[in-house]
Amino acid sequence: MTGLLHLLPETFQLVLAIALFVVLLVKPDRETGLKWLPCAALLSLVVTAMSLTQSATLFEGSYRIDGLSQFFKLAVSIGFFVACLNALDHPTLKPTQRTDFFMFLALSAWGLMLLSSAAELMTIFLALEISSYSLYGLIPLRTRDRGAAEAGIKYILFGAAATAISLYGFSYIVAGHQTTYLAELVTRQWSFAAAPGAVIGLIMFMAGFFYKLALFPFHFWCPDVYQGTSNETAAYVATLPKLGAVVILIRLASMLTPGLGATTLIAVIGAVSMTFGNLAALAQKDVKRLLGYSSIAHAGYVTVGLVAGTAEGLAAAAFYSLVYIIMNLTCFWVICRISGDGRNLQLNDLNGMFKTRPALAFVLAVGAFALVGLPPTGGFMGKLFLFSAAWGRGYDWLVILAALNTAISIYYYLNLVRHAYTDEPGESPMPEKTGGVLFAGVLAGATLVLGLFPARFFELAMRVTDIMK
Amino acid sequence: MMTESTFPLLSALVFLPLAGAVALPFIKDDRTIRLFSLIIGLMETAMALPLLRYQPGVPGFQFVEQIPWVPEWGLTYFLGVDGISLLMILLTVGLLPLCVLCSWNYIGKRIREFHFMLLLMTSACIGVFASLDFVLFYLFWEAMLVPMYLLIAVWGGPRRKYASIKFFLYTLAGSTMLLVAIVAFFNSAGTFSIPELMTREYPFGFQFWAFLAMALAFAVKCPMFPFHTWLPAAHVEAPTAGSVLLASVLLKMGTYGFLRFCIPLTPDAALYFAPLMIGLSIASIIYGGLVALGQQDMKKLIAYSSVGHMGFVTLGIFMFNLRGVEGALLQMLNHGITTGALFMLVGAVYERSHSREIADNMGLGKFLPAYMFFFGLFSLSSLGFPGTNSFVGEVLVLVGAFQSNVIIGALAIPGAMLAAAYMLRLLQKLAWGKPESGSRCTDLSIREWAYLAPLAALVLYIGLAPTRTLSIINPSITDLLETFRSKTAITASIDPAGPHPVPSTLAVNRQEVLK
Repeated sequence: MTGLLHLLPETFQLVLAIALFVVLLVKPDRETGLKWLPCAALLSLVVTAMSLTQSATLFEGSYRIDGLSQFFKLAVSIGFFVACLNALDHPTLKPTQRTDFFMFLALSAWGLMLLSSAAELMTIFLALEISSYSLYGLIPLRTRDRGAAEAGIKYILFGAAATAISLYGFSYIVAGHQTTYLAELVTRQWSFAAAPGAVIGLIMFMAGFFYKLALFPFHFWCPDVYQGTSNETAAYVATLPKLGAVVILIRLASMLTPGLGATTLIAVIGAVSMTFGNLAALAQKDVKRLLGYSSIAHAGYVTVGLVAGTAEGLAAAAFYSLVYIIMNLTCFWVICRISGDGRNLQLNDLNGMFKTRPALAFVLAVGAFALVGLPPTGGFMGKLFLFSAAWGRGYDWLVILAALNTAISIYYYLNLVRHAYTDEPGESPMPEKTGGVLFAGVLAGATLVLGLFPARFFELAMRVTDIMK
Repeated sequence: MMTESTFPLLSALVFLPLAGAVALPFIKDDRTIRLFSLIIGLMETAMALPLLRYQPGVPGFQFVEQIPWVPEWGLTYFLGVDGISLLMILLTVGLLPLCVLCSWNYIGKRIREFHFMLLLMTSACIGVFASLDFVLFYLFWEAMLVPMYLLIAVWGGPRRKYASIKFFLYTLAGSTMLLVAIVAFFNSAGTFSIPELMTREYPFGFQFWAFLAMALAFAVKCPMFPFHTWLPAAHVEAPTAGSVLLASVLLKMGTYGFLRFCIPLTPDAALYFAPLMIGLSIASIIYGGLVALGQQDMKKLIAYSSVGHMGFVTLGIFMFNLRGVEGALLQMLNHGITTGALFMLVGAVYERSHSREIADNMGLGKFLPAYMFFFGLFSLSSLGFPGTNSFVGEVLVLVGAFQSNVIIGALAIPGAMLAAAYMLRLLQKLAWGKPESGSRCTDLSIREWAYLAPLAALVLYIGLAPTRTLSIINPSITDLLETFRSKTAITASIDPAGPHPVPSTLAVNRQEVLK
């Protein structure tokens, strides 16, 4: 029974989801405050932080509690906390749907926590589905907007297709290596010459996660879904599910070494993703769409760490995904605060923020410059670690391309800042709420701390490399 | 090798403006904000005075501080100064109070934010010159873009959006490859520490690409001839203090980068690319001078003259001889003093006539004698008149050029003459031009005297007694060049690529060492 103690974060998250379900049953029609939810989410964060050093293998080796899983569980619970707080004043949600919204949110985060620990292909698949199904319900929840339903359909269709590919690949892996346990798969041959079927299977299996991460050939849903769904949902969809994808890709990438066909393929996919994402983002006017393309580009940056095939590379990828969710949540937080009635923001809506809402403008600038990768923000440190890990491992071209992409991306991120700082304000905006501004400051502070004092966080990220031993 | 310090002087210099910036939001009154920033600036200057205890004879870096930062990657918080960076730090620190003073009336809106940016900017600039860790250097190098961008974008002139975006895009795009070079150096040497990296030797193929990656970043910042187009736009639109910082400090970062990184880390490649760099430098000198000759806008004129002056600096650096590099470094300081002062003067006249056109500001000599005195002094300094600071620097660079190659020297001479032509044209029109337009203007106020007089004193001090300044930079330059020669000499002798690109440079250098 001591094993169950290791499952404290997941258990807590599940209890949270069940509690929401109970609220839903008890007060199905009435408006509920749910003021306790951020506190509960914060408690979940504390519990996860406390179980950071746990390690165990449970359920016949299909479920592993290790440095990797605990690091990502922590990241998930941070993201969940921020997303809950962010959606508390959700303006485009029917009051009666509020509890449903948060229940789906909690369930999805629970699925991601399971995903962090899953160490067997079928378990991975199930956890992936748990986290995805909740999102299928979450995305269309937006009143006064038909686009949300369209976004929901797109997400489901793409998701189903990617899942099918994933399952198909799964069958090849089983056929090739006769096991579904990652611990055993790591010991097998992964060169194309030795096991062609298994390698093809692995790549197809990964496709399901490329879809979650919105890497190049599986990215089409991303801008549309961000644009269609409400700002608060987009803040969640843009950040946390990517963590789930990265954690599995890190587990799978520990099987790969540089030079293998599969590794090079990932590198190419990453390269195309970052270039395509950045170029497409240049033309966007809708802020969420812009961030959608930006997240495609960032998915490409993460692959730089995955292909390095070293402990540092995987740790850098983990660190970068932590930074990624923080800086993206920072930007989305500002967007949700500015868009008082929950409409989609155009770039012009940011005009003159510097005069009307100076604090939020500053936070947006910090978030945007972090996404560029400018020091002294976390985005810079993340990129530095990724580049340093991957250089000299046979993928120098990918590093150079990623650096060049920084130069492309600067224009559209700077556009956010430019509209906020140099254009004259339009109509008079609603006053800033102190709480919202304060927490925006906390997020911006976190982005800066990750850039200025990354040592402690990177040390944590280094623990993800337990899996390589 | 290095002299440790007990009091973290450099950190204090980096963080005092930052602390001041953090305190600004808690001050309410505009006047108090200006006073507070001024006091921070004066404190900073006072605190920089102990840097003068720098011992030129001691080799290596002084006032060194080193604290682990990210142990997993070997990143350290590593600061120190040598003769190359010391003067640049003093220049940056000294300009802070002057910038606050010259913005006293010029900046009328968002005063708190303006001083916030100014203080942030100073911190980052001092950090750039004091960093001895490559990543720390890059951090400050990029961090400085944001406040500078906002200084232009928020407080700039009518075309500020265009100018600020152009400035940001150019400089950031230029330095993305610098980050790759840093990563590559880390990969091959296993450290980010600059002094340690300097002791290693790298294969030529590596140096070739590393040099190009770094040189692009530095050439854009300088700016060298084909990469200069952001500069006039940024200068014209920036507020006075922004222009001053841009001209006096930012441009120096480019040439500082050449001295600090390109020459010690990639000596063979620097030698290989020297003809190209010399060619571009001469192009900058001539082109900058010719374009400056045709300008109607005073700020644009001075901006293009900066292109020419920085051409002299890069020319001196790529001579690889003591006189040339020494002159280049001195010229960096001189250009900071003189051009900074000229931009302040343009700002001062703009406050009176609300125009920067030469045609709108003619014949001021009769009405603003003190103003014209300063303008004359700094103009003469800018064209390298004997007795002023720039004369010493320019002559040293030219001596270096002639020592190395008579043709290069001869090509640079017209640049010096062009400088005389465009500066005297400006001076003449401003002082005696007709129709006169200064009749209703008042002469310099005490505040304006306060920020111009120190720079004027420096112009004359360095011009008449350059020994003290040169004695600070001389040993570091000698060290730099000796290491450079010992590294290139080995590879040059086994270099199968045939005749050396600049054989005469080497020959002269060797003779000098023997002396």
